[in-house]
Amino acid sequence: MLISNLEIIPGKNIIEHFGLVQGSTVRSKHVGRDLMAGIKNIFGGELVGYTELLQEAREEAVERMKQQAQAVGANAVVNVRFSTSSVTQGAAELFAYGSAVILE
Amino acid sequence: MEQFQFQIVIGLVLLLLGYFFGRYFEKKHFQSIVKREAELANVLVIASKHTTASDSNKPGMMVTGSVVISVDYFKRFLAMLRSIFGGRLTSYETLLDRARREAILRMKQEARAMNADRIFNIKLETASISKNASGNIGSVEVLAYGTALINVP
Repeated sequence: MLISNLEIIPGKNIIEHFGLVQGSTVRSKHVGRDLMAGIKNIFGGELVGYTELLQEAREEAVERMKQQAQAVGANAVVNVRFSTSSVTQGAAELFAYGSAVILE
Repeated sequence: MEQFQFQIVIGLVLLLLGYFFGRYFEKKHFQSIVKREAELANVLVIASKHTTASDSNKPGMMVTGSVVISVDYFKRFLAMLRSIFGGRLTSYETLLDRARREAILRMKQEARAMNADRIFNIKLETASISKNASGNIGSVEVLAYGTALINVP
């Protein structure tokens, strides 16, 4: 399945629109990671555990969006956007949404 | 009284640790960013969503890059002092700069790995994992994404 954040895919026409599909996730790491982040915070620098967390959250949100697109019978999701919210501390909240379409 | 002195000592030690390690890590990080930016200079990042007509046979693929970077203890202390008087928080400005550039670089690396040399419609999103509500972690989380056009041989 093609995922793109362009509205128009070069060289391809959109045959059918299915409307919005979305996927969201809230993930957190175990307490040890939070503790390590607290320590790292004294020295500054990249918080690898949280970077991983963000990456996992993104992958999961996209995966869920894909599943939804598959369920409606689309073969691509265009104009994808990511959005974040903040429910609680130490958790990554990611929301991915886009238009499910059929490309020729 | 003794406990109070102890707390001051701990605070000073943390400030010193933050100052030296923070400066060292930031310098190293900036050097690595500049080096990798030069290496990846031929991967163009374009904020426009319109591709040119000659790209019609190139498949598009979404690429992403993300990073979480925290500020050190010393800089947070400086920022706290600064916010009493107001004005530019330079210590946080470099943090944001590092995070954005690093996220874009990671996205470019992903694009290069799939043999693309242009990324269209780049968007930057700032997340909040460690919301600084209780003041224990000051960090910035950046997610960069765009559509890479893959060169088909």
